[in-house]
Amino acid sequence: MKQEFTITVYTENQVGLLNRIAIMFSRRKINIESLNVSPSEAEGIHRFTIVINEFEDVVRKLCRQIEKQVEVLKAYYNTNEEIVWQELALYKVPTDQIAEKVKVERLLRKYGARAVVIRKDYTVFETTGQREETEALINALAPYGLIEFVRSARVAIIKSSNGFHEKLKEFEEREPGEEVIENEFLDKQQEVFSM
Amino acid sequence: MQTLEITKENTSASKEPVTITGSQAVLEAFIAEGVKTVFGYPGGAIMPIYDALYDYTDKLDHILVRHEQGAIHAAQGFARSSGKTGIVFATSGPGATNLVTGLADAMIDSTPLVCITGQVFAHLLGTDAFQETDVINITTPVTKWNYQITDANEIPHVLAKAFYIAKTGRPGPVLIDITKNAQLQKIEYTGYEKCNHIRSYRPKPIVRKEYIEQAAQLINEAQKPFVIFGQGVILGRAEKEFKAFIEKGGFPAAWTILGMSAIDTDHPLAVGMLGMHGNYAPNVLTNECDVLIAVGMRFDDRVTGRLDKYAKQAKIIHLDIDPSEIDKNVKTTVPVWGDCKETLPQLMQLIQPKDHSAWLQEFRALEAKEVEAVIQEELNPISEVMTMGEVIKTLNDLTNGEAIIVTDVGQHQMVACRYAKFNQSKSNITSGGLGTMGFALPAAIGAKYGAPNRTVVAVIGDGGFQMTLQELGTIMQFDVPVKIIILNNQFLGMVRQWQQLFHDKRYSFVNITSPDFVQVAKGYHIDGQSISKREQLKDALQTMLNHAGSYLLEVMVGKENNVFPMVPQGCSVSEIRLK
Repeated sequence: MKQEFTITVYTENQVGLLNRIAIMFSRRKINIESLNVSPSEAEGIHRFTIVINEFEDVVRKLCRQIEKQVEVLKAYYNTNEEIVWQELALYKVPTDQIAEKVKVERLLRKYGARAVVIRKDYTVFETTGQREETEALINALAPYGLIEFVRSARVAIIKSSNGFHEKLKEFEEREPGEEVIENEFLDKQQEVFSM
Repeated sequence: MQTLEITKENTSASKEPVTITGSQAVLEAFIAEGVKTVFGYPGGAIMPIYDALYDYTDKLDHILVRHEQGAIHAAQGFARSSGKTGIVFATSGPGATNLVTGLADAMIDSTPLVCITGQVFAHLLGTDAFQETDVINITTPVTKWNYQITDANEIPHVLAKAFYIAKTGRPGPVLIDITKNAQLQKIEYTGYEKCNHIRSYRPKPIVRKEYIEQAAQLINEAQKPFVIFGQGVILGRAEKEFKAFIEKGGFPAAWTILGMSAIDTDHPLAVGMLGMHGNYAPNVLTNECDVLIAVGMRFDDRVTGRLDKYAKQAKIIHLDIDPSEIDKNVKTTVPVWGDCKETLPQLMQLIQPKDHSAWLQEFRALEAKEVEAVIQEELNPISEVMTMGEVIKTLNDLTNGEAIIVTDVGQHQMVACRYAKFNQSKSNITSGGLGTMGFALPAAIGAKYGAPNRTVVAVIGDGGFQMTLQELGTIMQFDVPVKIIILNNQFLGMVRQWQQLFHDKRYSFVNITSPDFVQVAKGYHIDGQSISKREQLKDALQTMLNHAGSYLLEVMVGKENNVFPMVPQGCSVSEIRLK
C-alpha cells in the first residue's frame, strides 16, 4: 500500500544538487508533496526533507539511488510514526473583522496561533502544527474573510536519530568506520540510526 | 606560448606559483592524470582550450572527429579497450548536446569518461547567448557527476575530482562545463594534486565479513550453484580472481553481454551468454540452480526476462560495488557489497573445492540441443545466402579469438556476441544498456587508440552504420587501421524480426536502403569490397585482416534471418524459444 514517507537527505551545499535530487523523483513519476532544504545541525551540511506518497519498496530503492549521488552523504526514509514533524502556516485576515469579533481571539488561542503583524488594514497570524491543525484554522478563519494563506514545507526530526555530528566525523575520515557502511539502515533487522 | 615543464617538484602543490591560463590548467591536469589521447571537436566557446592545445601537441594526441557523438563514443571505445578514462572536448550548445547520447550510454554501461565542454562567458549565462545551452541541467541525469566552472582557480581541484569520480567505485561519465572567461583567466598555478577523498562520496562499500561467511556457507551447501557475471569483473580488474573462484568451486559460469571476455569463451566452465538472445542452457538452468551467484552484474530486464518467474527456486548471492544495485530488481538472499577484486578472494578462501560435473553436464546437454536446433544451421548453413553467424565464425577462425570486436546494436550484435570467441579480457565492446545504434564505428576508432597493438574489428549493421558513417572521415585523416564489417541484410533486422514474430509481419518502416558502402569508403580513401557468396568469405576476411590500413568489408547476408534462441518480452527465461 502507498503511504506517506518522509525522506531525510544529508548533502553537501552545492549548486545543482537540488535538481539532481528532484529529477530522481520526476524520473519515476513520483510527485513531491513537500520539500524543505535548509542547513542541518552539522556545519556545512544541508538537510533535505522530502515528503512523498509511495510504496515502501520504491522508497527504499529511491533512497539508495539518492545516496549514490556524489554529493549526498546519507538518505533516510521514515513513516509518520517514526518522526516528529511540523509545518508553519501564515494567515492574513482583515483587521477590522477580527478586531470587532471577540470570538476570533478565542479561536486563535485554541489553535495556538499568534499575531506576527497587526496593521490597520490586515493582521497576519502564524501557527505551527501538522496538516490537519493548520487546515482547521483556515476553516475557522474563513468566515472572517481570510485574504491570504501560505504553508511551509514539512520539517521533521527523526525520533531515533542521534544527529549527524558523529556520522560526519566518520565521513571525513579517509578510512571510514563500520558505522558509515552504505545503506545499513536498510537492513530489516536494524533500526534507523541503530539506537 | 610555452608549455609548462612538469617536473616532480612543480606537480606538488607547495611550489612557487606560475601564471597560466585556465585552459593551460585543464591540459596540465590531463598530463598529470596520464592522459595521452583526447577525442574532440572545436567551436567558439572552447577555443581558448584549443588555442592552448596548439602548444601541447607533443604531449597530447587530439583526434578530430566528425561529430561530437563520434567523439564521445570513441572515448567510450578507448575506455573499454584500455581500462583508462576516456577524454572528450566539445564546444557549448550543439557541441554539448551532441554528447548526450554518449553520456547516457556511458552512464548505463559504467564507462569512465571526463568530458570538457566550453560554455559562454559567465556574464552571459542565462541570456540565451549564441550557442548557450544549459548543459549542466541537460546532462544531470546522464552523468555520475557534473560541474560548471566559472572561475579558473577551481580548475585544478575540480578536474582532480572529476578524474577521481569517473574512475573509482562504479565508474561513469563526468562532465565539466567551463565558461570561456574561466578558460582565458590567468591564475597563479601551484601544481596539480590528485584527488583521493571526497567526504560525501564512498566509492567502495566496506566488505562485511558476515556476508562473506553467509555466502560461503550457502555456496558450500549448494548442489547446483550457478555463477552469472557482468562487466564488474572487467571494471574491477578481477579476471584472475574470478577465474580462480569459479575453478575452485567448479561453478558453471555464464556472462552478460558486457561481462563477455572476462574469461575465455571456451573455458571449461563457461556456459555461454545470458539474456534475451543468449544461450539456451544458462537461461533455462537459471530457473533450476539452487544458488545463483551474481558477480558485478545488475539483473537487467534483458537478462532476467519476467522477474516474478526469475530464479525463484534459488538462493541469491549478489556481489556488487554499488549498494543501490542490491535488491533493485532481484531480491538477494545474501548481499556481498564491495569491490569484487577484494570480495572474490575472500569468498574463495571460505569455499570448498568441488566438482559439479554432473550439474555442468546438464548445461552441456541443453547446449547440444541448441546446437542442433539453432547453431548448426547458423554456423554451417545449407541455405545459399550467408548467415551472420558464419561470418563471425570465419572471423574467429582467422583471428584465433584475439581480436577486439566492436559491435553496434541489433541482430548483428546479438549474433556477434553469441558466436564470437575471445581469449583476452576487454575484447567485446558494445553498447549494452542503452542500445545505441551508431556506436560501433566511432567506438572502434577509440578502441584502436586504447589498444593499438590489437586487431580491432567493427561489426555493424547496414542501419547502424548509416547513423555515424561520417566517422570514416576520422579514420581517413588519422589513418586508424580499424577493420569494418557491415553485415547487410537490407533491413532494420531486429525490429523486422519483432514485427514478424509479434506484429503479424507488418513490416513498418524497417526496409532501409543503403548507399554503395564500398564506394562511400572509397570516397574516404578506405579500401574495401562487397561480397555475397560464401566462397568469397574466408578470402575476403583474410584480405581485410591483412590489409595495412582500415578496410571495409560488406557482407550481404540473408534478408529475413532471425536471431534465436529468444526469450520473448514478458516471458520467463525458462520459456526461451529455440525457433
